[in-house]
Amino acid sequence: MTTNIFTGRTWPRLLQQRHLPLLATLALLLVMYGVGVSQYRAFSNVQVIFNVFIDNGFLLVVAVGMTFVILTGGIDLSVGSVVAMTAMVSASLLQDGKPAPLVLLIALLIGPALGFVMGCVIHYFEIQPFIVTLAGMFFARGMCTWISETSIPITDPFWTAAAQERIGDPRGNFVSVSVLIAFAVVAIAAYTLAYTPLGRNVYAIGGNPQSALLMGLPVARTRIAVYTISGLCSAVGGILLSFYTLSGAPLIAVGMELDVIAAVVIGGTVLTGGSGYVFGTVLGVLVLGVIQTLITFDGTLSSWWTKIVIGGLLFVFILLQRLIGIRKK
Amino acid sequence: MSALKNHRLFWPVLVLVALLTANAIYRPSFLAVQMRDGHLYGSVIDIVRLSAPLILVALGMTLVIATGGIDLSVGSICAISGAVACFYISQQPDQNSLASVLTALVLGLGLALVLGAWNGVLVAIIGIQPIIATLILMVAGRGLAQLITEGQIITINSSPYKTIGVGHLLTLPFAIFVALAVTVLLAALTRRTALGMIIESVGGNAEASRLAGIRSRRIIFLAYVISAVCAAIAGFMLTANVSSADGNSAGLWIELDAILAVVIGGTSLAGGRFFFSGTILGALIIQTLTTTVYAMDISPQTSLLFKAVVVIAVCLIQAPAFRDKFTRRKPTAVSQKEQVPA
Amino acid sequence: MTHPVLTMTSISKTFPGVRALDGVQFRLFPGEIHALMGENGAGKSTLIKVLTGVYSPDEGAIDLAGTPVSFGGPMQAAAAGVSTVYQEVNLCANLSVAENIFIGREPRRLGSIHWGEMRRRARALLARLDLDIDVTALLGTYSLAVQQMVAIARAIDIKARILILDEPTSSLDAREVEQLFRIMRQLRDTGIAILFVTHFLDQVYSVADRITVLRNGKLVGEYPIAELPQLALVEKMIGKELDVLERLEEQPKRDLAALEASTPFIQADGVGRKGVVAPFSLTIHGGEVVGLAGLLGSGRTEVARLLFGADRADSGRFVVNGAQTPMRNPVAAIGHDIAFCSENRRTEGLVGDLTVRENIILAMQAARGWLRPLPRRRQDELVAKYVEALSIRPSDPEIPVRNLSGGNQQKVLLARWLITEPRLLILDEPTRGIDIGAKAEIQKLVVQLSDGGMAVLFISAELEEVLRLSHKIAVMRDRNLVSQLANDDTVSAEHIMQAIASAGGTGQ
Repeated sequence: MTTNIFTGRTWPRLLQQRHLPLLATLALLLVMYGVGVSQYRAFSNVQVIFNVFIDNGFLLVVAVGMTFVILTGGIDLSVGSVVAMTAMVSASLLQDGKPAPLVLLIALLIGPALGFVMGCVIHYFEIQPFIVTLAGMFFARGMCTWISETSIPITDPFWTAAAQERIGDPRGNFVSVSVLIAFAVVAIAAYTLAYTPLGRNVYAIGGNPQSALLMGLPVARTRIAVYTISGLCSAVGGILLSFYTLSGAPLIAVGMELDVIAAVVIGGTVLTGGSGYVFGTVLGVLVLGVIQTLITFDGTLSSWWTKIVIGGLLFVFILLQRLIGIRKK
Repeated sequence: MSALKNHRLFWPVLVLVALLTANAIYRPSFLAVQMRDGHLYGSVIDIVRLSAPLILVALGMTLVIATGGIDLSVGSICAISGAVACFYISQQPDQNSLASVLTALVLGLGLALVLGAWNGVLVAIIGIQPIIATLILMVAGRGLAQLITEGQIITINSSPYKTIGVGHLLTLPFAIFVALAVTVLLAALTRRTALGMIIESVGGNAEASRLAGIRSRRIIFLAYVISAVCAAIAGFMLTANVSSADGNSAGLWIELDAILAVVIGGTSLAGGRFFFSGTILGALIIQTLTTTVYAMDISPQTSLLFKAVVVIAVCLIQAPAFRDKFTRRKPTAVSQKEQVPA
Repeated sequence: MTHPVLTMTSISKTFPGVRALDGVQFRLFPGEIHALMGENGAGKSTLIKVLTGVYSPDEGAIDLAGTPVSFGGPMQAAAAGVSTVYQEVNLCANLSVAENIFIGREPRRLGSIHWGEMRRRARALLARLDLDIDVTALLGTYSLAVQQMVAIARAIDIKARILILDEPTSSLDAREVEQLFRIMRQLRDTGIAILFVTHFLDQVYSVADRITVLRNGKLVGEYPIAELPQLALVEKMIGKELDVLERLEEQPKRDLAALEASTPFIQADGVGRKGVVAPFSLTIHGGEVVGLAGLLGSGRTEVARLLFGADRADSGRFVVNGAQTPMRNPVAAIGHDIAFCSENRRTEGLVGDLTVRENIILAMQAARGWLRPLPRRRQDELVAKYVEALSIRPSDPEIPVRNLSGGNQQKVLLARWLITEPRLLILDEPTRGIDIGAKAEIQKLVVQLSDGGMAVLFISAELEEVLRLSHKIAVMRDRNLVSQLANDDTVSAEHIMQAIASAGGTGQ
């Protein structure tokens, strides 16, 4: 009786390992920022950071939705197309003279509806998320050109106001409305994942779907919910993008799903599901944004280095995840 | 009739015939083939010529999928190999020299071998999920291609190179012969040796294959290398079509079409049995769909709508869960297995 | 005596081709630990699944504390107080300990999850189980034993009246098992009825109060632990009445001495793998059939897998044909002319997609490498020969192997290895789940092969088979090779049962 062998932890080091990818991303971000500040005087300007958020607000929102999907072990390839479709639908409806609130409502309903349908097909017909969301990607992109083959400008006063509104401090640093919306989305998502049963079920399903089922968790509902959430986030992202560009263009945000997936993975979320944080995704998006900013500041580096660096980072982070996975076994 | 209906190529052939028929009704000249300047011309020949790159990529993809994997990087490999070849040719004093074109091709293929080996190592040796492992090169590869072309669109003026894309041989487009040659070569490589069966074994049941003494790592590695080489040849074709290399757009989204072609052709994404004939049919269906939509004066982008419908329809028809729910026949082997007491 | 908390009456359940349960009775009293025993296919898991609502019984009634019940699934069962903890811990390793206990019914405050309350309650609950661990740490950072305890904590928090422990000890070491038992006794004393499934006999005797034995889907009997000695239990589980076995033994025993004189084909010397099978030594000669007897879970299959390199041994050495050799992987074993027919035909043996022909030539082709395909004519000859010799039905070699019956699939797997002309053939439960005719054919084949000089390691749960075929019998018990007997006239089923049941050591 005196020897209780179940006290204490078996491998205390692993506790820190679960935060390792996140810490690595944070360190990377700080190093990149440090490099920027040391190399370019203008880089230390707070507005540089704000601009990263302004330029990537819509990406952040979409990446938050993708985080939900990836946490369950799924993937959503349709996000870029849904972003474009939402912007197109908004622009086209506004062009027809529909009132802005109605347009917002419709635009925000289409994405989740598509996500809901995809989630149902994935869950009930057991077809891989990759294929189903690929079809969703084709569908949404096709809808874009079906609506219009050319870009549609937006002149609606609500939209232009949202685009031009600067919220700033007295020294002239500012952010756009989109940034605030993006922050709100991040906060809601972080709360949902940490403090609601839905959020915890997302982690459970990503960790072990069979166990989740045996523990009586609502697997079907949760899985459909994450694709719906991703659709909703893509729709919000689409609205933000239309604020940013004040137009709807059929070929905008092509390939955006790759950036989004990269941001989520670099943010420490494991692609096989079950582990990761919205905060990590914020860091991942910032890493992408800062890389772009650095390359812009440099001026001699060409834009394609962005992709190569992102690919390289993806490799490093995936390898890191794999190594942690092996050690866990 | 039932036997015919159960043939694995029944649905793909039916769809292709339906598409061709729709075209022929819409535009009776569709099926016509004319002889001009010693070359055959016609919509059908165009469809085959234009689908050649997709066929090539999809053939390689078929092998990767048969092992139970997937290769997302083929589009980027198309762009890289096309860029290398065009860049090399553009640096030559005589762009029409056959020797320099051949050197360019060897360079492109060599690089593709390296890239395929990279994917193979990540998947087979390090053990990263295929979809993630090849995502790395999918993202970085576009950047590499642009690095090679320095962000420019390299335009070349080389008639030997151009031949790969738009040349003719024996009255038919040269590209058709390239696709045919690769098909024959791959068919021989997999079906004349035991490679095909061993790939199917690894994809069908990895553990049983290991216990039968198959060294599956080598096989999986090989599949990714073959896939990369096929993609490289497709890359040559795509860049030769337009006599220029654009790192950004060459082979863009071809990986998705290729996966689609493989799935339409009846090869399961879960791995196992693979069918080159089905894959080729799948590629032809995709190209016919695009051409049809084009011929009907709908924008090419909108053809994606139709593609979405086809993807979902084909996948649903093949999904056991869907069949069980919507057909009231005897349960499939899968559902029977699940009922056996543990 | 109190009333039973659970009564299952005349439970029958039939699956296509199998009568898994046939009029089984089962009862469970509050405050007892009740062991459910039986060999593979006896119907233990089916009975548990019927109880927890995974299956609905074809016939029979379930009565829980005086009310007839019929659960729609494990969740409903748990809600009614019947909780199950499975062999593989069915929790999420990526969530914290506290969360694993409470997910699905988290304490809430203003709609949000109340983490502080959850942690407090988790600590209190685990304290009841004598477990003092950091409940905020991820479950995956703890050993399997702790994970098992957490699973039990989750189960009893759902106000369990009945706790089903389905082989909870199979991955625990001796000390961990002791701790688990302490907790089981503690829970029993609070009035919970515990249904305990295990393959380890010692454990049954050290913790259980009552035993129910099932065999082939039928109830053999229910016994207080004191009234059923170990040997009697083994007999009841294995089921051949001794006199029946004796009669089978009248066949001439096979002579060992002549064989043992030659150089052994393979010698395993202190070979073992931590947590899988304790180091053992085993020698097999050409032309010799070595039978491996033991209950399910005793380590029979694990021995076979080590010999074939399917799992790597982490101690000891192999000597093949007089030369020491590391058995690194199946490729190496096959290089030494060793063949292995797994007991799991579907998952580890055949490739269902491939045809009968392809499955048969697979190992030979793998050994040749893909660049040197076996000529089609040679393939057809070999396949035709073995389809004929083993009477594989249907005889068309071009149909997918998954369409064949179990017995024919087994023959296909045998044929795969026979065409490689191995010098050691390892057969793991080759006759399980196949019809009598096929069974007799396979037994006959084993005799023929060994007469032809092949060494055979024959694993079977049926003692009768082992006795009839083997020159030598090795007995496994609790992952130890406990004894090796020359199969001469002095050896009987009773001897082997004694070896299986003997309480030597504490197992593990």
